[in-house]
Amino acid sequence: MHQLLNTLYLTTEGAYLRLDHDTLRVEVERETKLQVPIHHLGGIVCFGDVLVSPAALARCAQDGRFVVFLDRNGRFQARVEGPISGNVLLRCAQHAAMGSVDKTLSIARNVVAGKIQNSRQIVLRAARESDQSDDGDALRQTAEALANVLGRVPLSPDLEHLRGLEGEAARKYFATFDRMVREDRAVFALNGRNRRPPTDPVNALLSFLYALLMNDCVAALEGVGLDPQMGYLHALRPGRAALALDLMEELRSVFADRLALTLINRKQVAASQFHARPGGAVHLEDAARKEVIVAYQKRKQEEITHPVLDQKMPLGLVPHVQARLLARVLRGDLNAYPPFLFR
Amino acid sequence: MNVLVAYDVATESAGGRRRLRKVAQACKNFGQRVQKSVFECVLSEMQFEELVRCLVEIIDEKEDSLRVYRLVEPKEKYVQVFGVDTSVDFDEPLVL
Repeated sequence: MHQLLNTLYLTTEGAYLRLDHDTLRVEVERETKLQVPIHHLGGIVCFGDVLVSPAALARCAQDGRFVVFLDRNGRFQARVEGPISGNVLLRCAQHAAMGSVDKTLSIARNVVAGKIQNSRQIVLRAARESDQSDDGDALRQTAEALANVLGRVPLSPDLEHLRGLEGEAARKYFATFDRMVREDRAVFALNGRNRRPPTDPVNALLSFLYALLMNDCVAALEGVGLDPQMGYLHALRPGRAALALDLMEELRSVFADRLALTLINRKQVAASQFHARPGGAVHLEDAARKEVIVAYQKRKQEEITHPVLDQKMPLGLVPHVQARLLARVLRGDLNAYPPFLFR
Repeated sequence: MNVLVAYDVATESAGGRRRLRKVAQACKNFGQRVQKSVFECVLSEMQFEELVRCLVEIIDEKEDSLRVYRLVEPKEKYVQVFGVDTSVDFDEPLVL
């Protein structure tokens, strides 16, 4: 099992990242702010106007460390990749599975089941912690509805139907998402999930966390040698990392939703840190973005026991483990894909 | 593993000063400077071997002195720091 390497997040405008022998040096206005030996890093995520020297880019690409450029709101812009590595035979198996209706459906079903089960856990936990009885009741109802959808997943005859079930579960889940917010409900109200752009603080926060998680999922798949674009549940579209989106489904609630709620409920992010832009978009301000990244990184360091491997590991390794399990399914070493079930 | 590297390099000659620069750079590649000629490095077994080999190659064993200590982990429990400390924990979230 490989080690969970750290990710360097650069959010300072005008920061310059350069290679200095075997270290990376971050300069802001010609002053060195940080120097890190490159072996500590699994990758680098740059937000907005951050410069990376060609030598640093080349070195990261060569070592297989990811370098991702996002805009200031976490929207994906570009990724620098080295030569295609990994295993051709595995990628062949991955493409072949696409042609097999049974295999595709079986993987997609388990992905959806994992997603619904994990969001149900989040809802149930919030219901237990809730001090308002009507919130608790509403959440328990949602959990029941989710359990009902979950029961129909194994029976879904095709992908279209399965996607319908996933949508139904998502609508039910987000319908009572508000009830899990305990602080400042007026501001942190959610009118269903929206994005591109997110139009309320909760959606802005979720979108930002999903962007962080997405990078980790792509990196995990690439690390195993899978093609992140060749997915099963998500339709293929040029430029869309469909498999990474598949992998992300079961992890969303565990990595992002719960964390967003914690940040709000512990007042680590405040209403004043969200700004509405003309056109209705809501943006997170710089300080809050940093706070969110730090919380996300800390979350990844939390120790969990992986239910399938029965092994202790930091939560951040879970995407890598799931990618590996998926690879085993595609190769035929494992019959069904076991999604990561939280607790 | 956590490793502490301390060195004295004889700098009377130009060659010595060159060795000093090289030793410092090699240490920087693997860890961070915590005092003038003291570095702390977090390494895998392989990186540890690599660092030691690299340093031994640079120094002049007749004139210079090099010490490598393996620290007891966890570091937070066994290392006490007083006074100025500018070191960064590379395992903590790195956000700039």
